[in-house]
Amino acid sequence: MSTLPAATAERPSPDRVGVAVQMLDMHRSYGPVHALDGLSIEIAPGELVALLGPSGCGKTTALRALAGLDELDAGRILVDGRDITHVPANRRDMGMVFQAYSLFPNMTARENVAYGLRLRKIDAQARRTRADEMLELVGLAGQANRYPHQMSGGQQQRVALARALAIQPKVLLLDEPLSALDAKVRRQLREEIRRIQIMVGTTTLFVTHDQEEALALGDRVGVMSSGRLEQIAAPAELYDRPRTRFVAEFVGLTNRIHGTARDGRVDVLGTQVPLLEGSAGPGPVTALVRPESVRLEPEDGAAASVLAVSFLGSLCRAQVRLASDELIVAQMAAAESSGLSPGTAVRVSVLPTPIFAVAD
Amino acid sequence: MTALRRSRRPGRTLTRLAILVLVGGYLVLPLFAMLEFSTRGKGGSRTLDAWIAITRDPNLIEAILNSLGIAVLTVLGMLLLLVPAMTWAILRVPRMRRVIEFLCLLPLAIPAIVLVVGIAPIYRFLTPIFGGSIFTLVFVDIILVLPFAYRAIESGLRSVDVITLSDAARSLGAGWPRVMAQIVVPNIRGGILSASVLAVALVLGEFTISSILSFNTLQVVINLLGKRNAFVSVAVSLAALLFAFVLLYVIARFAPGGRPGAQAAEEEG
Repeated sequence: MSTLPAATAERPSPDRVGVAVQMLDMHRSYGPVHALDGLSIEIAPGELVALLGPSGCGKTTALRALAGLDELDAGRILVDGRDITHVPANRRDMGMVFQAYSLFPNMTARENVAYGLRLRKIDAQARRTRADEMLELVGLAGQANRYPHQMSGGQQQRVALARALAIQPKVLLLDEPLSALDAKVRRQLREEIRRIQIMVGTTTLFVTHDQEEALALGDRVGVMSSGRLEQIAAPAELYDRPRTRFVAEFVGLTNRIHGTARDGRVDVLGTQVPLLEGSAGPGPVTALVRPESVRLEPEDGAAASVLAVSFLGSLCRAQVRLASDELIVAQMAAAESSGLSPGTAVRVSVLPTPIFAVAD
Repeated sequence: MTALRRSRRPGRTLTRLAILVLVGGYLVLPLFAMLEFSTRGKGGSRTLDAWIAITRDPNLIEAILNSLGIAVLTVLGMLLLLVPAMTWAILRVPRMRRVIEFLCLLPLAIPAIVLVVGIAPIYRFLTPIFGGSIFTLVFVDIILVLPFAYRAIESGLRSVDVITLSDAARSLGAGWPRVMAQIVVPNIRGGILSASVLAVALVLGEFTISSILSFNTLQVVINLLGKRNAFVSVAVSLAALLFAFVLLYVIARFAPGGRPGAQAAEEEG
């Protein structure tokens, strides 16, 4: 079981304090497929946990189980210490934003946002005020009377977020809410979600298959595979210190370079690099090396050569063929790449930061 | 290219006009013929006697009211049966969709006379309960309209993401009855409206089953009148057609349907 961080310690004071969520040993099968296979996750009050994993890994099933939209075969869900495993979805008090556009087409933006309040029998004036506040929060104050089909995808997802937040949910659930949007809107909305989540302080579970999104948004990121949690940790820790082969290979780009492990270190391209816990060895291993840990120095007569250089704005990525014929990728600041061009002979080395290695 | 397109336009317009006149004539000429026949008097004169007779025939008035009542009850029964069943199949038991579709389309493949033969024993059971009321025809008519209503409602349900919308409503606190009443039904109004219009048209035109089961519906009375007085029969037939047309137009025009946003979009210009 993972340790809970003090997620909200350095944040601005939110409107209301979030609640703790515990999902314990959850199991769910669809025929022979184990969508959830003993999944356990704990979320601290006010924390945003991003669940990351490939399609079919069970992340959406976990979120829907927490929402009450899917039933569990076994396991328990506790919110604020209360067991809600068998509480129906409409009594769980959770706000949810879906991957598909989910605004009610027969209602305006304001009516959509106010719908949950209407169900809670809040009077019309208070509903209207609250709905307008929420629309303002998501930057759509002027769109209150528009119907969903009159709004862009990004606007619809903002309204959906406002609708989910309007009921002051105990937990906010975001099921790949940005995946249908184009890259620019996606980045903007991602930042807004984070800003709003910090402001309102609601405990949030965010499901995505996009690493960049998960690493940018989550206080912690949980990586799932085959219905199980591989690792849950702060984004930097997850990236720098993966605990399993799956996490090392799934999160970020990795080069697979052959080396020999001995005494907790591996010899990679002539550098002795410390091995992370759980790595294979001793003996021949494949070291998983991040592109930014690879150093290139132009050197006449060197055995490795640059195949291609890609300019990525502030960064630059170079594809290199090693003497062993292996292909690797190196990443550096754009300013450091001036001497590199296709055909340049380079000396390749690896930074001695701890890495993960798997058996050959 | 543009010039070529322009040069073709008059020809295309003429073709369209010709098709419109032909089809319009095919549909309207029989109606004019009916009007002409129903207003024939002695010695080549014109008279409205046949039309006036309609309003003076108590059987006919009763038949019209009966048919209207049956149409309303059939629409209600069909909607109460199909909308929840089809929505539930989408939300909870997708594998039942094919079964429901098969059952709903079955009446298309069964001749009306066979349906009556099959249903007659059920009516022997229903008669002691409902006292042989003409409104027991509603049960058969619901079955008859199923194939058409199913298609209309199915297209309505396909036009919205029912699963996501109902999940969203439930996560906001709505129970199933509210999900149906406030989310599903308002968003498939177009499909419901089409199903209702088809059901009304079908019920008002239904003859075989009513006749065999000896219920005096509009079509049965028109048939009887035709045997007594051909002029009145044709007048009633034309009146029934016009009435059905006006009724369907009113339902389609004034019942709440279509996308509410369309109106808002027009308002905003």
